[in-house]
Amino acid sequence: MHELSIAMGIVDAALEEAERRGVQVNAVHLRLGALSGVVKDALLFSYEMACQDTPLQGSRLIVEDVPVVVFCPQCQERRTLASVQSFSCPECGSPTRDILQGKELEVFALEIEEQEVGG
Amino acid sequence: MTEPRLVEVRRNVLKQNDVIARALREQFRAAGVFVVSLVSSPGSGKTAFLEKMLTDLQPRYRVAALVGDLATENDALRLARSRAPVKQITTGTLCHLEAAMVQTALQDWNLHQLDFLFIENVGNLVCPSSYDLGENVRLVLMSVTEGEDKPLKYPTIFNSADITIVSKNDLADAVEFDWKTAHASIQSVRPGMKVFRLSAKTGDGMNEYLAFLSQQLAEHRAVAHTHT
Repeated sequence: MHELSIAMGIVDAALEEAERRGVQVNAVHLRLGALSGVVKDALLFSYEMACQDTPLQGSRLIVEDVPVVVFCPQCQERRTLASVQSFSCPECGSPTRDILQGKELEVFALEIEEQEVGG
Repeated sequence: MTEPRLVEVRRNVLKQNDVIARALREQFRAAGVFVVSLVSSPGSGKTAFLEKMLTDLQPRYRVAALVGDLATENDALRLARSRAPVKQITTGTLCHLEAAMVQTALQDWNLHQLDFLFIENVGNLVCPSSYDLGENVRLVLMSVTEGEDKPLKYPTIFNSADITIVSKNDLADAVEFDWKTAHASIQSVRPGMKVFRLSAKTGDGMNEYLAFLSQQLAEHRAVAHTHT
């Protein structure tokens, strides 16, 4: 299981962004590709551990699943795959290895609590 | 008063690894060394295959290997029999190699003195798929004893690989290995994947594979040359 080290990477990235902006983070939004090699449940579990004793303790990890999108050479179209077990166009059945999306492992946004200055 | 707000940051979590991997790839290109990484589940014959490869390539090429292992140095000792330079990366509890570990392990090696460098990952078909090591090609091994549907069970790692080695082919008949089904599974998760079927024990199928590697090295150097 490598999800703990991935979770620690998420926490590091989020903390750095939060510190730079001087804000408190309530939730971290992550884009997780179906081909990222990361198991969502294990990651959610690891995130809590990775947050311990950091300013992110108590924050939530919100995961957006990103499906695999390929380019079909036959249809000349972008196609979303239903499963990572079959890399062929869902419309015409042509095999393709041209992956446009699905490897994401990206801290996309932070939900922050902002102190109103001078209010 | 406070109010929640969403700010976009867009940070690739594996950026640090990717940056090191890119630097490694450039270093390999400049040195003219062709780098092959190997991934598989434990017990698929990765070390036997590597030993055979090092031994067979050595009369013609300068070869070396880095081997990742959780705790023991058994693999490195075994591979030392090939008399090629071998270095162990003991990962402790970590289930995969990362680019930084490869970089550290290579610090005191002169890559210009090598033709091929092999990097054996920790036996695991899940975790290594996320980490680029700067390799030129990634091999995934599956042995005939593991079943024909291995690629469908671990599509991510097979999709991240360039070549599949079907190992322990000498046992194929004994386990009634269905080659057609296996081939279909591989092509389903990675259309067009190059596949070699071989036995490190009998040497059957090794020549075809080694000829392919030699050709890859020549192409790698031709490209590297035009870039410099």
